[in-house]
Amino acid sequence: MSLLHIQDLRVCYGGIVALDGISFEVAEHEIVTLIGANGAGKSTTLRAIMGLVPMESGSISYHGDKINGLDTQKIVGKGIVLVPEGRRVFANLTTLENLKLGAYLQSDKEEIESNLNRVYELFPRLKERHWQMAGTLSGGEQQMLAVGRALMAAPKLIMMDEPSLGLAPLVVKEIFSIIRRINEAGVTVLLIEQNANVALKTANRGYVLETGRITMTGSGQQLLSDERIKVAYLGKSR
Amino acid sequence: MSITTFLQHCLTGISLGGAYGLIAIGYTLVYGILRLINFAHGDIFMMAGYFMIFALASFPWPIAIVITLVITTVMGVVIERLAYKPLRSSPRMSIMISAIGVSYLLQNLATYLFTAIPRGYPEIPLLKRIFRIGELSASLVTLMTPVLTIILVALLILLVNKTKTGMAMRAASKDFETAKLMGININRVITVTFAIGSLLAGIGSILYFTDRMSVTPFSGTLPGLKCFVAAVFGGIGNIPGAVIGGFFIGIVETLLVALGYSTFSDAFTFLLLIVMLLVKPTGLFGEKTVEKV
Repeated sequence: MSLLHIQDLRVCYGGIVALDGISFEVAEHEIVTLIGANGAGKSTTLRAIMGLVPMESGSISYHGDKINGLDTQKIVGKGIVLVPEGRRVFANLTTLENLKLGAYLQSDKEEIESNLNRVYELFPRLKERHWQMAGTLSGGEQQMLAVGRALMAAPKLIMMDEPSLGLAPLVVKEIFSIIRRINEAGVTVLLIEQNANVALKTANRGYVLETGRITMTGSGQQLLSDERIKVAYLGKSR
Repeated sequence: MSITTFLQHCLTGISLGGAYGLIAIGYTLVYGILRLINFAHGDIFMMAGYFMIFALASFPWPIAIVITLVITTVMGVVIERLAYKPLRSSPRMSIMISAIGVSYLLQNLATYLFTAIPRGYPEIPLLKRIFRIGELSASLVTLMTPVLTIILVALLILLVNKTKTGMAMRAASKDFETAKLMGININRVITVTFAIGSLLAGIGSILYFTDRMSVTPFSGTLPGLKCFVAAVFGGIGNIPGAVIGGFFIGIVETLLVALGYSTFSDAFTFLLLIVMLLVKPTGLFGEKTVEKV
C-alpha cells in the first residue's frame, strides 16, 4: 500500500486552475520527484497536501486515511513535513530555536535531544552555529537548517520544495547527498525541483507536471533518458 | 518649582507612565503577531473600569479584582474571535476597519448600558493609603504602579524568550505559514496574545482609574491613543520599547501639566508621534532587519 495517495486533486486560485485533477502516489521508503517548469503546479501540490491551500475536489490519503480538510498542525502531527520553498527559516530566532520549533509537537525530551543529535550529525555546521541568529546564516546553511528543522519532527514523509534554489552547485550536491542519507534512514521523500537533472538522478520515480496535469511518469532513469524530457527540462538542444 | 515639588510630579508621572506602559504592551503584542493596530484596545481598558465598578459593588476587593481581570481577558479574546478572526485572510485594512468598528461599538454599548454620566470609581482603601518618604507623599497605588509594571514586563519578556509558547509567538510574528508547518496552532497563539494584552489592559485600568476617580464611556479613547503613541515611540512590536514609551509620555505629560501647560499636554503626545514618524519611523527600538534572502 502506498504511503501517500493523491487522487484527482484539483486546486483553483480564484478561477484560475492550478491543478487540474492530478493523481500520483508515493510508496514507503521511496524518493519521488515531481518535475516541471515554473507555474506547472508543483508547489501548489505540496501546499495542498499540507492543507495550506484549499482544494476544489479530489482526495489525499496518507496510510489509507483521508487527510484532506485537516488543519496543517494535525497533518504535521501525523508525520508529514514540508521544507518550504525559499527556506523560510525564522530569521529572528537562533539556529537552535529554529530546530526546537521543528520539534514543536514532540513532547518527549529525550527523543527531542536524540533527534537534535542526529540533525547535528547530518549537519555539523548547524552545531557550530547553534547560537547564531538564523537570519545571519549563509544561503546554504539556511537550507540545511530548513531541512534539519523539518527532521526534528521525526517525520515519516518529508516533502521538499526546490531545495536547490539559489544555491551554489557544490552546496546542491551536498544537499542531495543528505537527501539520500535521510531516505536511507527510512524517511520517505517527495521532492519537487526545477533542477530536473539532479532530481531525477536522486529519485526512484518521477512525475512530470505540465500546467496542472501529469503528463509523464516513470523511474528516474527512464525519465532521464527520455528524449522529450531531455529537450524540455535537461537543456539538450534539438 | 522647588526640588520637592519636582520630585513629587515625577513620582506621579512615573506612576501614570507605568499604567500607560501596561496598556501600550497590548498594542505592541497584537501588532507584532497580526500586524494589526487594535483600535479597540483603549475601549477594552475603559470596559475594565466599568467591570471593576460593578464587581466591587458586590464583592470584596480581592475577588472583585480577579473577576474584573478574568472578564476583561475573556472579552479581549472574544472580540478577536468574532471581529478579527473571520477577516484573517482579508487585506489588512479590513481588520483595521473592523477594529475601529469594535471601538465605537464598545463606546456606544457602554453609553447605552451605563449612560454617559461619569461613574465614580470605587476606592480600595489599601491602595489609597498615603506613604511619606521624606517630604514626598504618595498613595500606595502611585508607588506600586511602576514596580508592578516592571515586574509584569520582566515576566512577559521571560515568557516570550524562554518558553515554548513564547517561541511560537516569535515564530508566528515572523511568518504565519511556516509557523503552521512547524505544527504551531496559530489560533492558539493569537488567543494567547489577545489574552495577555487584555489582561495587562485590565491591570492598567485598575491602577489608572484608582487615581482618577471616575469612568465614562469615552475614558478609554485618549489614554488608548496615547498608549498607541507610546508603542510607536518605543518601536511597535517591541515590548520593552512600549513600556519605555509609556513612562516617557506619562512623565512628560505630568510635568507639562505641573508647569502650567496642561492645555498642551495632550498635544505634546501627538506632536511626539508626528516627529517620531518623520525622524525615526521604526521607533526607538524598532525591529532590526538582518535577513538574508
